[in-house]
Amino acid sequence: MSSGEPGRPGHAKKVVITGISGRLGRIVARRLHHELGWKIVGLDRRPMPGRPKDIELHEVDLRSKKARDVIRDADALLHLGVMHDPRAHAQQLYAWNITGTTKLLEYCQAHAVAKVVLLSSANVYGPRPDNPQFLTEDAPLLAAQRFPAMRDLVEVDHLVSTFLWRARETETVVLRPVHIVGPVHNAPSNYLRIARPPMLLGFDPMVQLVHVHDVAEAIVQALAPGRRGIYNIVGPGEVPLSAIFRELHREPRMIPHPIASGLLKLAFTLGLSSFPGDELDFIRYVCMVDGRRAAADLGFRPRFGLRETIRAVDEAA
Amino acid sequence: MRILDRLKQFRGAVPSDDIASRTRALVVRDNEFGFDPFGMSRKHLGTAMTVARFMYRHYFRAEAFGIENLPSKGRVLIVANHSGQLPFDALVIGSACFLEPPQPRLVRAMVEFFVPTIPFASYLFARWGQITGTPENCRRLLAADEAVLVFPEGARGISKPFSKRYQLAEFGTGFMRLALEARAPILPVAVIGAEEQAPAINLSSVAKLLGMPALPIVPYPPFVAPVPLPVKYRLHFGEPMLFTGDPDDDDDVLAEKVRTVRHRIQGMIHQGLAGRKHVFW
Repeated sequence: MSSGEPGRPGHAKKVVITGISGRLGRIVARRLHHELGWKIVGLDRRPMPGRPKDIELHEVDLRSKKARDVIRDADALLHLGVMHDPRAHAQQLYAWNITGTTKLLEYCQAHAVAKVVLLSSANVYGPRPDNPQFLTEDAPLLAAQRFPAMRDLVEVDHLVSTFLWRARETETVVLRPVHIVGPVHNAPSNYLRIARPPMLLGFDPMVQLVHVHDVAEAIVQALAPGRRGIYNIVGPGEVPLSAIFRELHREPRMIPHPIASGLLKLAFTLGLSSFPGDELDFIRYVCMVDGRRAAADLGFRPRFGLRETIRAVDEAA
Repeated sequence: MRILDRLKQFRGAVPSDDIASRTRALVVRDNEFGFDPFGMSRKHLGTAMTVARFMYRHYFRAEAFGIENLPSKGRVLIVANHSGQLPFDALVIGSACFLEPPQPRLVRAMVEFFVPTIPFASYLFARWGQITGTPENCRRLLAADEAVLVFPEGARGISKPFSKRYQLAEFGTGFMRLALEARAPILPVAVIGAEEQAPAINLSSVAKLLGMPALPIVPYPPFVAPVPLPVKYRLHFGEPMLFTGDPDDDDDVLAEKVRTVRHRIQGMIHQGLAGRKHVFW
């Protein structure tokens, strides 16, 4: 069975989606399936509640033989499956994320899959006091230096970026969206949903948010034939963290950094919080990106306005 | 009564000092929340300008000569001499460009990398339009037709001892690359007065021991972290200089252009010093 020309009329494209059971995975799967009529095959270790009958799901590990089998005749691989669970054992996460991604890319190369799209994150650049206000795609990925929990994310991004240059038959796209909000569960949106969120006294960095449906749109654009490269995906603008909380009618607690970092490390150790202490730098320093390349090459424009995107934090997930 | 009338008249002579109307007249790319991409906000700037105007008009009694050389719009790289231990020279230049010309301009100074690590300064500097000193930030602002202020002497200039006053330290070449790349005119500015605001000797060996960039000691209490003396500031804005050439040229090709700017500023400093009657008035 051949992989077929992508976009060939009469041929329903088949896309393999890793991490399909997450909220973003389900949103993208629904779009690709209902609007574009693609055949969807999901790979996830978790079950997918409310799965339409015509979406195939394999509850397997990325390293399994089953994963290899489903990729054989796929037109595209959409990799959303970077796990960022600070509670899981580091070795286990490494096996899932790094070994899993390496295997997936091997399969894609062996079967000449036409398209690979990775959903990475703008957090791979890392928040730093000497960051330029807007980082471009060629900035070094320094997040792993200070945040061990992000090492996997950075390494997966590196793996796929290298694959982009190595496997010339495959069109590879790496998307690095800013903090995704909307009906999703991830560290930034969970933080923004805290009733009285902690902020660092004397720090109020500019931040960028993007609506999950805009990210889904970017993914669809990245899946179109002819697109390859690394793209930052930004939302409709940038505001200080405090302005987001004002818009959401939340009253932040201002905590001096040394106390906050101590408390957070303690709370994490006791299992009261899921934020490891180091990640406080994300609400301390700027880590914003320049989205002009995605606008020029992919034609990506966020459809949700700034106020709408901020308010989407409170959309039921 | 007559005195009050005369005072009113005097106030009437500078109606343009009204901060609210000047803040409104600023060209800022702000969004619906009132922030520009670099975190600047008119609201915060207006508040800060109330203090800055007091310092500018009454404490330093600053005079700005040649302010008409400041383009009312379009990109410009303002290059000035740096002195006085504390960066009040940036405050005075910023205030002059905001208060003096018919069309106020927001001046964005490039600040040191440690500023974003200091609580409150970290975001307040951004709200007032100041930016972290990376070449990328400067490039982006010039491309957006903004006015950027650089001190090519850097820390060498601001922390120089009293004995070296009004002698320019070495200039870096980075600013020239950025100006060539953006085809931005360079506006030379000579700051007279700042050198005497904190006449200091620099205990460089102690500073090194403490891991600080400089440790200026002044001969009056509290000896360190000096409050500036109420010197009179005189700013001389020169005519804009437009350079052409390849921004990727070798350092010595650029150094020639940099020298031209340095000589111009040094000349303006000499002229300014010759024309000044007294340090304090």
